[in-house]
Amino acid sequence: MDIQALAAEVPVEGEYNLEGIDFISSGKQYLAFILAQEQYAVDILCVEEIRSWENPTKIPNAPSYIKGVINMRGIIVPIVDLRLKFSIGEANYSETTVVIVLTVEGDSSTRTIGFVVDAVSDVLNTEEEDIKNAPAFGGCVPQHYVAGLVNVGDNVVTLLNVEALQTIESHQLS
Amino acid sequence: MSVDLTQFIPSFLEESFEGLELMESSLLNLEQGDDETINSIFRAAHSIKGGAGTFGFDNVTEFTHLVETLLDEMRDGRRSIEQADVELLLESVDCMRLLLEAIRDEVECEQDKIIETSKLLAIALDGNSSENSQTTDSTAESSEESQAESNTGNNDNAEGSNSWQIEFIPEHHLVQTGNDPLLLFNALSDLGEVSIKANCKDVPALNDIDSEELYITWQLTLTSNASENDIREIFEWVEDECQLNITKEQTEQTAPPVEGPKSESIAEPLAESNLSPTDNTSENPTPTPSENDSIIKDKSVTKTKPDVGSIRVGVDKVDSLINLVGELVITQSMLSELGNDFDLTKIERLTSGLEQLLQNTKELQESVMRIRMLPISFAFNRFPRLVHDLSKKTGKDIELILKGEQTELDKTVMEQIGDPLVHLVRNAVDHGIEPSEVRIANGKSEKGTITLDAYHQGGNIVIEINDDGGGIDRKAVFDKALEKGIVDANSTLSDSQVFDLIFEPGFSTAKELSDISGRGVGMDVVKKNIQSLGGRIQVESEPGKGSTFKVNLPLTLAILDGQLVKVGSEVYIIPLITIVESLQTQSDLINRVSGDMVLYRLREDNVPVIPIYQLFNIASDNEKIENALLVVVEADGQKVGLLVDDLLAQQQVVIKSLNDNYQQVEGISGATILGDGSVAMILDIPGMIQMALKKAQKAQKNKQAEQVMLEGVSS
Repeated sequence: MDIQALAAEVPVEGEYNLEGIDFISSGKQYLAFILAQEQYAVDILCVEEIRSWENPTKIPNAPSYIKGVINMRGIIVPIVDLRLKFSIGEANYSETTVVIVLTVEGDSSTRTIGFVVDAVSDVLNTEEEDIKNAPAFGGCVPQHYVAGLVNVGDNVVTLLNVEALQTIESHQLS
Repeated sequence: MSVDLTQFIPSFLEESFEGLELMESSLLNLEQGDDETINSIFRAAHSIKGGAGTFGFDNVTEFTHLVETLLDEMRDGRRSIEQADVELLLESVDCMRLLLEAIRDEVECEQDKIIETSKLLAIALDGNSSENSQTTDSTAESSEESQAESNTGNNDNAEGSNSWQIEFIPEHHLVQTGNDPLLLFNALSDLGEVSIKANCKDVPALNDIDSEELYITWQLTLTSNASENDIREIFEWVEDECQLNITKEQTEQTAPPVEGPKSESIAEPLAESNLSPTDNTSENPTPTPSENDSIIKDKSVTKTKPDVGSIRVGVDKVDSLINLVGELVITQSMLSELGNDFDLTKIERLTSGLEQLLQNTKELQESVMRIRMLPISFAFNRFPRLVHDLSKKTGKDIELILKGEQTELDKTVMEQIGDPLVHLVRNAVDHGIEPSEVRIANGKSEKGTITLDAYHQGGNIVIEINDDGGGIDRKAVFDKALEKGIVDANSTLSDSQVFDLIFEPGFSTAKELSDISGRGVGMDVVKKNIQSLGGRIQVESEPGKGSTFKVNLPLTLAILDGQLVKVGSEVYIIPLITIVESLQTQSDLINRVSGDMVLYRLREDNVPVIPIYQLFNIASDNEKIENALLVVVEADGQKVGLLVDDLLAQQQVVIKSLNDNYQQVEGISGATILGDGSVAMILDIPGMIQMALKKAQKAQKNKQAEQVMLEGVSS
């Protein structure tokens, strides 16, 4: 692509229009990712890191969406396959398959869990008032995981509730 | 010269708490005529008092003084050791602990209990009424000074107030024993008005002064209604080290009101200036009252310091560490020298050097871990008192036997096991041991026995809480579980399964609640706490004979010797200590018995075979039992053979919790990171055996159900 053309796209009118600064001054940022052709997003402040897919160590008798655990700099991090969890089709692992590692601070402890997604797509900048409630009409994703919907251009992005994603684990097995 | 005394306060507190513990345990073992025990209690109280005096914690000093006086009477044989006195002393220990805790937390102490106890103490002491009033006064510390002042004011006019002439001739080494004349005089001035004359004629020439000796004698005049005993009491701790002549005069003759303050104002600086040569160089500077105040103020300033726990480590452990570090340094220098001009001919030396390094690291690691190990008596210490109090409360006569107190345990484990153990012991007292009438009726000795035992078993520590009470009522537990809907009416449970029900939340079969236990909260918490430490709890009980709670805990939470094994594509770690042996199966030793149960004949034993791939639902390279590798492991006295694909290396692994980011997994005690950065699961052998048992039972049930269905169809 032509460098000149790219440069023209960068906003130059005033310093406050610069990307990033604008983001911080209004609304929240979300990391958008793709899961079976649909767009989802999570609060970017919860994202610990984005990793490439590696084969995890299996946990015996775990539910199928728990792929296992990996070693992230000495921390044992469980890996959850979001497709399997939301039962939206089979996951096939390709070169763009990535793991988004999310950390959520609970009441007494922090939990770090990795989520397998098809690809990371974008960083969204969304005002609070732009987030719409999701209509309660079916869909594979259970309602309590959905924090809201956001229109981005022609697409609709599902905002996921990170706390809900993190807490469900403990009740799955006993 | 001033030394910041506040820096010593934490060590004073630590020592004092230890002293209190000693007092407590000694008091519980106190018997008539046991001089050594009394002496040790006395010494502990005395050092607390001394320390408190140095730091200006007057309320502690005063309270402890009462305790000491009582102890002293016991020591001298003036008072026989009555149970009531022992109880009172135990109360007092509690009070002292309260006072010291108040100092530690820098809060105001609740005075009620302390005032009450000190009243009791005062009554217990053979004292006259004046002593009583004096002692109660002294505990209400804040009002004490004004009280003393008003006393002085009144005393001069009051009838019966006396003037005492006190000649105080200390021996030269008095200050070396930690006593300070100034403190004594301060204590005297609490009794009444004091005028002090120092006699410095024995002070040698400056060159001849030994800075640690005391050369001054004093002539004191005390105007007070205090008795001679009160005065002697003040000098009690120095009476062996001084000459003390106390004579009584009539007030009118010596102490007119005007003279008092004047003489005092002269005497004080005089005494102090005279003291200064000794004081300056003796290691404990004596805070004057005003200094005390400033210390207390200073304390609130330095309060922000975080509370860092400390452990006492034996010198031998530290020495061995130093030795090891020395060796490590030698190895390091050897290796670096080797690396300076390295060629392939030296490869042998390099290997041996690396081996040495490995050895050093291993030993160092072990020594460091050993520093964290404390004898379990730290956790056991509180039980004699607990049982003593509980048995009084419940009216049951109970003897507590402690065994294996020297068994060592990681400090973190120790700290967290304390509360569950307390709960178990409370339970044993309240539910386990029957009232003495019932015991006698059942032909048992009247006295119940609770035994606490700790011992090592493999890499675990086992703590047993045993009572010789009535045992667990199996039927009551089962009925209760039925009522709560935890079990089915027609389910057949083994005894141990029934007993395990008592760990269900909200489970209590106690017929009535007591304030000790019986609300059904707790046992589930106990189990949870123990499990969170990676331990297990088991119950054994025999009706009429008693129950035993066995707590199994890992020695340390950090490191484990493991055998790496391969099953399919996964690597698992079997704790080395659980492994009995590893072998290649021979087909003629494999027996299938009682319907598809696989047993392997290992010499005399028949060992059930558990294929790991089946238990964990994973793919395996080898599913045949013939000619496979079998790792025979043992847990809870049960041997099982784990079928694995391959045996890999043995290595030490650092245990990482799965709980942090995931949750407890059945059959897995944790995970670790291998040399290549991948994660491997550590097998929880007892957990796996439980899993296998459950699975077998389930399979049996299904089979039975099938059978029933088939029969139903055919008929």
